[in-house]
Amino acid sequence: MTEETSNEVTNETSTRVPRRRWIAILPVVIAVLLGGVFAKRLADVKDGLDPTVLQSVLLNTPVPDLDLPPLPGRDRLEDGIKTEHLKSEVSLVNIWGSWCIACLAEHPLLMAIQGQSDVPIHGIAWRDDPQASLKWLGRHGDPYSRIGQDPISEAAIAFGVTGAPETFVVDANGIIRYKHTGPISPDDWSNTIQPLIEQLRQ
Amino acid sequence: MHRYIAASIAALIFMLGVQALAVDPYEVLEDPVLEQRARALSQELRCVVCQNESIDDSNAELARDMRRLVRQRVTQGDSDEDVLSYMVERYGDFVLLRPQFKPQNYVLWFGPFALLLCGAVVVRQYMRQQKPKTPTPLSEAEQKEIAALMAETDSESAGDKPS
Repeated sequence: MTEETSNEVTNETSTRVPRRRWIAILPVVIAVLLGGVFAKRLADVKDGLDPTVLQSVLLNTPVPDLDLPPLPGRDRLEDGIKTEHLKSEVSLVNIWGSWCIACLAEHPLLMAIQGQSDVPIHGIAWRDDPQASLKWLGRHGDPYSRIGQDPISEAAIAFGVTGAPETFVVDANGIIRYKHTGPISPDDWSNTIQPLIEQLRQ
Repeated sequence: MHRYIAASIAALIFMLGVQALAVDPYEVLEDPVLEQRARALSQELRCVVCQNESIDDSNAELARDMRRLVRQRVTQGDSDEDVLSYMVERYGDFVLLRPQFKPQNYVLWFGPFALLLCGAVVVRQYMRQQKPKTPTPLSEAEQKEIAALMAETDSESAGDKPS
């Protein structure tokens, strides 16, 4: 009823109409804002962002505290991984396990990297039986400089690992500079990881 | 009758047993207060392998190791915030099943209410359109015209009224 009376009076109408228009365009504004957020995300996915891969929040932070025991029976003099081992030179840290099929798929590339590049690859044997790890390395080759065992995921959780394989590029100061989720492909190596290692070494 | 009651009780007990827990008995802490806290924290943390379960619900091995870590930290005297922030530092906000209230998450928090508001506005506009508009009162000239027409029809109908 009050609306009717206000409609009759001209100067009141002029103050009321803009407010109502503002309310009427509110849904449009909200839809555009939300649509913008969603469109941005979709565009990111189109540009290669994989929404199932978690971006590491540990980038540009120091490697976590580690004290991983060596793999018994492996004939390397220096073994096991401690934090200080990751603070002297640029290195790769690879999380793997003999149970992990994708690690097997990645393995030939790690062997190739070990053959052609002098960057040390440190292996974290995640949730693996030491005997199984050893057997696996005997069968497929051992590309690792150091190996540390991580039977109860201490290192894996400390590195924010969600699955194997995952590979971290650590600089000479022990700062995590890159994380690769899943098996590294030859393209990943030559286009991304190798150039990054060169850059970090300068 | 007694047999039915007994059967119902047995069924109930059986159903309670079926509600299996991912937490293995050997994981449970001896201190019930710490265990309670660890359980509550586990329910706040997302299993990063299965992604839609808490680590308390998940049977994934990584979830079990995360539960172990939560219990270890709680036993060592970490506060609830310490435990959660330890996980967030490593896995990001994603690991929290309940999103934190901060600007990056505002869409998540306010989005549904914003959409509800949109709906309310649309409904309001629609209802307003449905409401019949009250006609503007007739001008004096129009009223006179109508009165004249009424008088005319009145006299006509009075003239040929069906008997």
